[in-house]
Amino acid sequence: MCGDPMEYEVRNLSFGYKTHHVLSDINLKFDRPGLVCIIGPNGVGKSTLVKCMNRINKGYTGEVLIDGVDIKEMTMKDISMKVGFVPAGTQDIFAMTVMDTVLIGRHNIQGWRTTHKDLEIVRRALEMLSLEDLSMRNFNELSAGQHQRVALARGLVQETPCLILDEPTSNLDVKHQVFVAEMLRALAVVDNKLVIMICHDLNIAARYSHEIIVMKEPGIIYKVGKPLDVITPELVRDVYGINCDVIEVDGSPHVILKETFDEEDE
Amino acid sequence: MDESISDLKQDPLISKKVLRALSKWTDEREATTEDEESYHQYDTYIWRKWVFMAACIVVMVVTAGLATTIGPMDITFVETYETMWNHITGNITNDAFDYAICTLRMPRVVMGVVAGAGLAICGAAMQSTLMNPLADPYTTGVSSGASFGATLAMLAGFSIFGGRYDVIGNAFIFSLIPTALIVGLARVKKSSPTTMIMAGIAVMYIFNAFTTVMMLMADPNDLEAVYQWQVGSLAKASWDDIVVSLGITAIGAIIIMFLSKKLNVLSTGDDMANSLGVNAAQLRTIMMVLVALITAGIVSFTGLIGFVGLVAPHVVRLFIGADNRYLVPAAALFGGALLVVSDLVGRVIIQPAVLQVGVITAFLGGPMFLWLLLRKNSNVW
Repeated sequence: MCGDPMEYEVRNLSFGYKTHHVLSDINLKFDRPGLVCIIGPNGVGKSTLVKCMNRINKGYTGEVLIDGVDIKEMTMKDISMKVGFVPAGTQDIFAMTVMDTVLIGRHNIQGWRTTHKDLEIVRRALEMLSLEDLSMRNFNELSAGQHQRVALARGLVQETPCLILDEPTSNLDVKHQVFVAEMLRALAVVDNKLVIMICHDLNIAARYSHEIIVMKEPGIIYKVGKPLDVITPELVRDVYGINCDVIEVDGSPHVILKETFDEEDE
Repeated sequence: MDESISDLKQDPLISKKVLRALSKWTDEREATTEDEESYHQYDTYIWRKWVFMAACIVVMVVTAGLATTIGPMDITFVETYETMWNHITGNITNDAFDYAICTLRMPRVVMGVVAGAGLAICGAAMQSTLMNPLADPYTTGVSSGASFGATLAMLAGFSIFGGRYDVIGNAFIFSLIPTALIVGLARVKKSSPTTMIMAGIAVMYIFNAFTTVMMLMADPNDLEAVYQWQVGSLAKASWDDIVVSLGITAIGAIIIMFLSKKLNVLSTGDDMANSLGVNAAQLRTIMMVLVALITAGIVSFTGLIGFVGLVAPHVVRLFIGADNRYLVPAAALFGGALLVVSDLVGRVIIQPAVLQVGVITAFLGGPMFLWLLLRKNSNVW
């Protein structure tokens, strides 16, 4: 549906605020569609990284390239046609219907008036996420889980070759967590889309992603690879400071968490 | 694409449930009658917004007519419109009526429409841009800034531009001070809606204090006018004022209308807006400058009319929702009608004395403000 897959590259990217450094010399390359999960402890700069990748954060050094073009040379609108974004937490102060909220995702595509073509794409997205019965309800009356799915629908109707999601499974119960993760994996394949998501649940990431990016203090990429190669007890110890066992289920690693520890316990 | 779906069927991690759901997304089927019906429902939903606007226009025209019937000379409702029509077509039959309606009474009403519409647009634009349901030119101190600037020009004769537009120019420059403060506060991410309003109230106190100081030192002859004007009144409006005020308001309103779709995107949050190609910080600055401009264009002639910008958008939202493409024009129409009605009420409620329109809007808006404050985060916002 979204045409050719996109090439996305991050070269020597660093980012910091006046007082502290957040990201140091990040290098990443995405050249095929699939679900990519970014994991890592709180405050390690996962959100900052993805926001640099679509120029929401501007003051970084290094380069981000989309299909070989530096995003600094693209307009915000050009970038928005390539990369969709679903932020963590949703914000809507005034009552807007779910329909209108999702239609905002079509901002760059639709004209001033909404066409039936826009409505059709929104309908398909809402039906897929079982939200069609809520379409005329007000967005701010929905539950947290429904919010998250509406935000996801809004990301999908942008029809971009890449979609970045900041913690799309937080606030969801296990059923919806698994549903959303499965869905993102499936969408990446069906739509030839590069889906990058930040995830805090190791097992969701390990089971559903095609590739995992592990970040570690102080804002560096610790490891990139297929889940089976990346998720090991040593990695979880190093990155999170927690002991665990890793077993294999359905060809994917599964982490069984154990106790936390400090260096001095060694 | 079919190939990839069959790939997916091999994937043990993808359940049948997800495959079924997915087919609803990928399946570009012909729209069924049921779908067509739902699209038409949406069209009807949009249509209702237009109907609401039409209703506002009717209310505005009727109340404007009613308002012009009031005065020492008895002129009926129908005669009022007849006179206006005759004036427009240049076929004046009754000179006394024509003078009473078009020269004495109409400016007040037309100024009411312009001021109400302009302030309501400002309120709607500010609430959406700042994501703050309590924002309007009055509560954020923008009006006070404008009012101080205008007073400065009128009483002290101090003006930045000088010349014919000294009052309005001053009003605009000084309304930019609270505006800059608000834009600055909006950049500090954690600042809550209430913080912003508190800052606005602080600014209001400061400007009001300055204005009072000036009034103490002013020529007693000028004082009366300024005092009247501190509460907001339409009584002094003239056609010359209206041309300037209407011009500024119309320019601002048209630009805001053009940006209203982007305003919708902005109301989903800064990050989301940026990711959709809308420069959030830039749009916010543009909007706030326009708000300052319109406010100055109105306050310079009417004085401080509070709360219209707060009340009108909220009432309109209850009827047609928060989509700015419709909210902005509808709030303008509703605000225009509201201010004309308020002025009408002020003129008849304690006859023969006349209450200034600013007093009436304060009685309307004060409780509304409290109510909004107390039912924080519920459905309205």
